[in-house]
Parts: sequence; C-alpha cells; structure tokens
Amino acid sequence: MEIVLIGLNHLTAPVELRERVSFTQDEAQRAAEQLRSGGVLSETLVLSTCNRSELYGVPPESAADSAAAMERFFSSFHRIEPESLNGSMYRRHDREAVRHLFRVASGLDSMLLGEAEILGQVREAYRVAADSGATGPVLNRMFQGALEVGKRIRTETEIGKGPVSVAFAGVKLAERIFGKLRGHSALILGAGATGEQVAGHLRDRGISRLHVANRSAERAQELATRVGAEVVSWDALAAALEWPDLIVCSVASPEAVLSREILERAMARRSNRSLLLVDLGVPRNVEAGAAGLYNVYLYNLDDLSEIVEQNKRARQAEIPRAESIIDEHISKFEAWQASVETGVVLRQLRERVAAERDVFLRERLASMPQLSEEDRRRMAQLIDEMLDRILLEPAERLKGVSDLRRKLQNLEALRDLFRLDQGKL
Amino acid sequence: MNYLVLATAVCYAASLAGYVVFLNNARVGIGRLATLLLAAGIVLHYLALLDRSGSHTVPYDDLYGSLSLFAWLLAVTYLGLEFFHRQRAVGAFVLPVVLVVFVLSHAERKLVVTAPPVGGPLLALHITLNVWGYAAFTLSAVLSLIYLIQNQLLRHHRLGAVVWRFPALEVLERMSRSGVVVGLAMLLVGIAFGFLWMHRIWGQYWNGDPKEVITLVILGAYASYLWLGRTTAWRGARASALCVFNFLFVLFSYTVVNLYLSSFHRYF
Repeated sequence: MEIVLIGLNHLTAPVELRERVSFTQDEAQRAAEQLRSGGVLSETLVLSTCNRSELYGVPPESAADSAAAMERFFSSFHRIEPESLNGSMYRRHDREAVRHLFRVASGLDSMLLGEAEILGQVREAYRVAADSGATGPVLNRMFQGALEVGKRIRTETEIGKGPVSVAFAGVKLAERIFGKLRGHSALILGAGATGEQVAGHLRDRGISRLHVANRSAERAQELATRVGAEVVSWDALAAALEWPDLIVCSVASPEAVLSREILERAMARRSNRSLLLVDLGVPRNVEAGAAGLYNVYLYNLDDLSEIVEQNKRARQAEIPRAESIIDEHISKFEAWQASVETGVVLRQLRERVAAERDVFLRERLASMPQLSEEDRRRMAQLIDEMLDRILLEPAERLKGVSDLRRKLQNLEALRDLFRLDQGKL
Repeated sequence: MNYLVLATAVCYAASLAGYVVFLNNARVGIGRLATLLLAAGIVLHYLALLDRSGSHTVPYDDLYGSLSLFAWLLAVTYLGLEFFHRQRAVGAFVLPVVLVVFVLSHAERKLVVTAPPVGGPLLALHITLNVWGYAAFTLSAVLSLIYLIQNQLLRHHRLGAVVWRFPALEVLERMSRSGVVVGLAMLLVGIAFGFLWMHRIWGQYWNGDPKEVITLVILGAYASYLWLGRTTAWRGARASALCVFNFLFVLFSYTVVNLYLSSFHRYF
C-alpha cells in the first residue's frame, strides 16, 4: 500500500498563493470525490487550513506516479497554472507522509509552534472525509493515529504550554494575581486591534465585566458591541479607574495616558485593591513610576514580549520529546501496515497456490478418464490438505516476526519468489 | 517505628509526590490521587495516634506525641481548606511540613515515667483545640509565605517557569485568611475549655502561667491580622507579611514557652 501526500504550507508558499489553493468544506468533498471517481486515488482526504492545503491519498494498485497526477488535479481544480505552483509544492511518500501528518497534528509544523487549533482542524477534515466515504482503512488508521499523537503530545509535553502572544500573556498574568477571572472586571483602553484581541481572550477566560474606553466614542462603541462590553466615556476615565481589577492599555498617544498621580489617587479610592496594568502601547501609556505603587502590578510590552520569548524557547526545547513520541507512533502505524500487508500477501499466496493446483489437476487428470467425479474431488481435497499443511507453518512464522524490517524483507521475498506483485493492496 | 507509622509516612510522601506532579502538569486525575492519598494518610495517622496515646484520649504526655497530633490536625485543616476553596495547587507546599513534623514526631518515642496528669474530656478538648489552632496558623503562615514569594516575583517581573504554576495571589490570600479564621475559632474555644478545666481543678480561672499570656498575645495578633487585612494600608502583601510574623509568636509559644517557661503547659 502506498501513501502519497502533496501540498503546500506557510513555509513553502506566500499567503497570496495559499489563499488561491485553499478548499472550503464543500470543495474538499468535491475534490475528494473527483479524485476517487477519476481513478487517481482510492482513498483520499483534503486538509485545508489558512496555513496549508494538502491532499492525502492512497492510489489504486499499479498507479504510476500518483503524486504528479495529484498535482495536476490540484492545479486544475483551482484553475491555476501548474507553473505557478513550481517550487511551492512538496511531495511525501509512505513513512514520510505519515510523519508529516503526525507533525502537523501535533502543531510542530504550525506557524506558531504547538498551537492547539490545528488538531481540531485535522479532526474536522477527517470527519468530513470519513462521513463522505472518501477514506478507507489506510487513511482511517493514519488519521486516527494522528489525532492520538496530537493529543498525547499536547498532554505529555509542554509544547502547547505558556502563552505565546502578548495579548494572551497579559490575560494569563491576570490569572496569576486574581485566579479565575469570573467575578472580576477589566477595562480596555484603546479600541484598536490589540485591545480587541485582549478583550476576546478575557471573554474566553470568563471575565465577568468588560468595559471599553477610547478617545473616539464611536470606535469604543463598535468594539464594545463586537466583544460584548460596556462603554466608558473617555472624560470619565479617572473615575472609572476605581473598579476594574485589570486595565489593558493600547492607546496611540505621545504622552502617558495614566500618570502615577492619577493611579495613586485611584488606588486610594480602591482601598489598595490589587490592580494589574497591562501596557501594550508604544510609546508607553502608563507612567513607569506607577510600578512602585503598593499593590500595583505593571507590565509593559517589553515585559510581555520577554514572557512570550521565554515561552517560545521553552516550546522549542520540547520538540525532541515530541519527535520521539511521533517516532513511536510511526512505528506503531508501520507495524499495523505490515500486519495488514502480511494478510494480503498470505491471501495472494494461497490464491496463487490454489490456481496452480487447478491447472495441475486439469492437466494431469485429463489423461485419466477412468476416474470418477468422486475420485477427482477426493484427490483435489488431498492436495489441498497437503498444501495447507506446507503453508501453515511459514504463514504462522511470518505473522510472528516482530522485527519490522525483517517482516518487510520476508514479505518482499515472498512477493518476489511467487511473483505476487500484480496483487498489491 | 511500627508499620502503622510507616504506612502513614508512605501515604503522606506519595501524596506529596502527587501534589508536586499536579503542580507541574495540572492533570486533574493526579490531583485527585494526591488528595485520596492524603485522606488515606490522615486515616492511618489517626490510627497511629490512637495506638500511641495508650490510656489517654490525646497523646499529650510527651513532646513527640503532641507534635504528631499537630501534624495530623495540620493535614486535616489543609484537606478541609482544599475542599472549601477547590484549590489543590498548594498541597505541594503544605505536605512537606506535615511529612517532616510527622516523621520527627515518630523518630523517637520518649518514655513517660511520671504519672499522667489529671485527665478528662475537658483537658483533652482544651489540648486538641489549641493544637488545632496552632496547626491552622502554621498552614496560614505557609500560604502567606508563598504569597510573599509569588508577589515579589510578579512585581519584579521575574517570571520563570515557577510563577505560572503557583496558585494565584488572591487564592493564596483567601486560603490564608480561612486558615486564620479556623485557627482563631479553635483557639478561642480551646482556651475557654482550658479556663473551665483549671477552675474545676484549682478553683480559679487564671494563674498567670506564661503560656496563658502568650496565647492571649497570639489571639490578639491574629485578630489584628484579620482586621488589618481588610484595611487600605495593609491589604495584600503587608497583611501576608504580618501573618508570617504572627507565626513567630506561635513558634515561640510552642518551643521556648513550652519547654522552659511554663510550669504545666509542657508539650502543647
């Protein structure tokens, strides 16, 4: 059985190209159907995310150069000249195709190392393909293996641990101080993209009250509507500092928005309830001296970037552990593959031997018309019993070989000696 | 050490290992296992206490027995706080104290040659509740100490891998306060029983024993912590520092006062 993968990703193709060759769910289903009905592949699965478009397939027996056929299909499906894909497409076969998928599912191949979404995307792509009957035993096994590996690496290594975006790092910091964010409140200063990102994370982490303040009230209202927050008037800002536990600033302003003095007064009104200030503005929105105030925790963009860098390095350090888990699962997959193949080879061997017996009996018994039907059946039965007896032991031994390499060598030898090649799975 | 003691120590040690692993990977299954092991340790420890106390209901006739009781009450209080606050992350810091005190208390068994003091349920309750109070204060001190460390790390942006695993500041503060509330309640009732008992024996409520004085100081110190911890100037790190400072009184009471100053509060 052969496994072929072709595709492109964020490492090999720019976003303009990736956009042109991405598949919607419908397109993915249609492509899979066309690939199978056109006889290019007998099993197929399309994996398309914003960072990759990949075709996984098992070609039918005796298909020559399936990868090229898949690439031709890929370019014609997207109505794109094959030349424009030159240099962007990669091809992987068998073991390397399996490794590629396992790495993708584990987030090792992601733009953001160890990100979690990809596992869900792989699961969804597999569900869609399996539901429409595009996959078969090989891809089923391979994708179930990938989901298993992805989950295992997520729990057993730290590849997905620690925030790797400043917005999320700020939110995680808040949890270090306040615990669960339910029951706490936050104020977002500045209605830009950063503010929105943080607001989204805060909502995800269950913050109870979210307020937005912006110089332009209109944009504050827009953001507030999108993330389900309330608007605080910019003029009432000083008074609004009294209640939030967390203040996130990303205001484009040449001078500090929150001076030490304003914050000192706010802290007095808050009776020194802890306040986390996450300053994502450049230049900084919070006067640096505010860090000295009692129960104030001030983090600026550099501090958070350093956290992010630390976490990225920590994730990098987990790659070897993840790779070794992947190796383990590739071996498991290959052992399964070999056992399936053993079954196929043994079946073919039996068929071959049975065919030889038929020919043999027909030739030899032609010159013995005196034999009755009963005798002929009896002789065929005897020969069958003998053949079974001869084949039984080697078959058991072949199945029992635990060394994968030797097993494959034996299978190859059997194929070769008995000329079983025409019958590949 | 008999088998009961050994089994208890093994349970506590395994529970500690579980809490440490839980702190590292936050897997609920491991955390539950640690809690179960702690509960098992507490049950075994209780049997060991019964075994040790012999004729008395509470093992207070030597320092080691009293320490064992202390370790047991510390473990019980922690387990209670863990359930109440649904927070397992501090187990890794509390269990070492339980384990060390327990092992210390059973490392040697002092033979009691003097006749046991006048017993009775009043005295037993007095001793148990007071030791419980001290155990709860110890728990609060450990939690406040973690608070102070975590607070320093967070304020000075020293965010190694540790900070992400420590419990949140507010959680530590809440748990520490609960510990003090439990401690104060136990101590108050315990003292009341003590006075009642003394009145029954000597016909007076107060005899000026240094232990009585220091215990009242401890009561005052922790009551002021509860009060100051809610005020503007003390909220947060300062209150936690006060909680750790107050614990020095407890240590003083448990060591110097017990062993050298008090005439009849020897080991509790």
